Amino acid sequence: MERSPIVGLLALQGDFDAHRKALAERGVESVEIRVPSDLDGVAGLVLPGGESTTMLKLMEGTGLDSRLGDLIRGGLPVLATCAGVILVAREVRHPAQRSLRLLDIVVERNAYGRQIDSAVVDLEVADGDDLGSTTLEGVFIRAPRVTEVGEGVHVLARRGGDPVLLRQGRFLAATFHPELSPGSPVIDLFLRSIRNGSANRGERT
Amino acid sequence: MDFKSPEFRVKVGLAEMLKGGVIMDVTDASQAKIAEDAGAAAVMALERVPADIRAEGGVARMAAIDKIEGIMRTVSVPVMAKCRIGHPAEALVLQALGVDFIDESEVLTPADEENHVWKHDFKVPFVCGCRNLGEALRRIGEGAAMMRTKGEAGSGNIVEAVRHLRAVRSEIRRLGTLDPTELVPAAKELQAPLELVEYIAREGKLPVPNFAAGGVATPADAALCMMLGAESVFVGSGIFKSEDPSRRAKAIVHAVTHWQDPAALLEASRGLEGAMRGLDVGKLTPEEMLSRRGW
Repeated sequence: MERSPIVGLLALQGDFDAHRKALAERGVESVEIRVPSDLDGVAGLVLPGGESTTMLKLMEGTGLDSRLGDLIRGGLPVLATCAGVILVAREVRHPAQRSLRLLDIVVERNAYGRQIDSAVVDLEVADGDDLGSTTLEGVFIRAPRVTEVGEGVHVLARRGGDPVLLRQGRFLAATFHPELSPGSPVIDLFLRSIRNGSANRGERT
Repeated sequence: MDFKSPEFRVKVGLAEMLKGGVIMDVTDASQAKIAEDAGAAAVMALERVPADIRAEGGVARMAAIDKIEGIMRTVSVPVMAKCRIGHPAEALVLQALGVDFIDESEVLTPADEENHVWKHDFKVPFVCGCRNLGEALRRIGEGAAMMRTKGEAGSGNIVEAVRHLRAVRSEIRRLGTLDPTELVPAAKELQAPLELVEYIAREGKLPVPNFAAGGVATPADAALCMMLGAESVFVGSGIFKSEDPSRRAKAIVHAVTHWQDPAALLEASRGLEGAMRGLDVGKLTPEEMLSRRGW
């Protein structure tokens, strides 16, 4: 029998444990990533929610950012949520912040307001075939807003017109927290992209 | 209690985002900037750090609004602020101001010696202190979305934090060994809602994240809290009462991320100047123990 893939969870700070649980509920093992050598052998990568400024500081001087960049550019399947999306965006505004520039989008931080404006929202699914579901819940917590989307980036879901779930090849990005929604199809889509070698359209098991 | 309501999930969700991070006490915008630059996952606005409240005495209240606003304008990480135990009016003011989390804190002078704030009525999430599992469950029953063990704030001494973390952990373990009948007297003994006692027995953990606070002065103190099951660490006087706040703040952030890695802990501990002097909490009278406020 084929060995189940192991997913790496960036575990510098944030809700990586919520991601671990979401994967474990689907029978998928994960490993916490804090130094570059932790990345050896992972079949996919989760960039969790949390504080992007904190994660950036903790990456400084570790070589983790360049190793992550190499792997992601090489096609490693990725699921980035909330702060994870801020880490990898081409450009970050409000306030401007350094980023790894791996995903061709521009994001504005804390764009929906402070915690008092955080909410659970029913999203508009833009590509149900790709997502594998026609309905989707989004848990938004001090979420960033995607303000510009590059040509190679496909929008799977929106909130009031704003893109909130995006795919660039095998890179999935959610400005909300699918790991906090029981049975979220976003996590299933991520796992299909690991198992199938690509995030092909409309594949279901 | 409905842990699955959208309102409660969003409150606990922010607590989830703060895991594995350090929440630092700050009294003004310049300290907040130092904290954020050092990698704080959030900052806590208060009028005086606990060591100063302890030394100066007087009534400690919610921080001045202008100070909190200045902090909110300066940093992009979440801003928490403290209200007095049992003072819902201070909490309403903080909610109207838009702080991201309210700490109903024993560090401030209690406004009500019987009752805590009924936190379900608020849209903003609350964190509360606890010394044991019963206290944690009472606060969660009132709507707290995050717990922190109290430790002894402003003491620079980790002994009380260790005591409280161990108490919560061992009481959780004990409930796991009881049968349903025995959970009823356990709830009576803990003075906690039966429903929450049953939840703990079933799940083996609190329904909200549990962080540590009170007495963290060094990177190794922070790592010790993580070893004892804390999911994140609050640092109060330990940073801005030390001789090297910025460097110490960074070191504590690194220690919380890498608490399982002794070489990284050694690196974080190297080259620090004097930690805050600290107190022998055994010499404090019960009235001087901040952790005894609230119940």
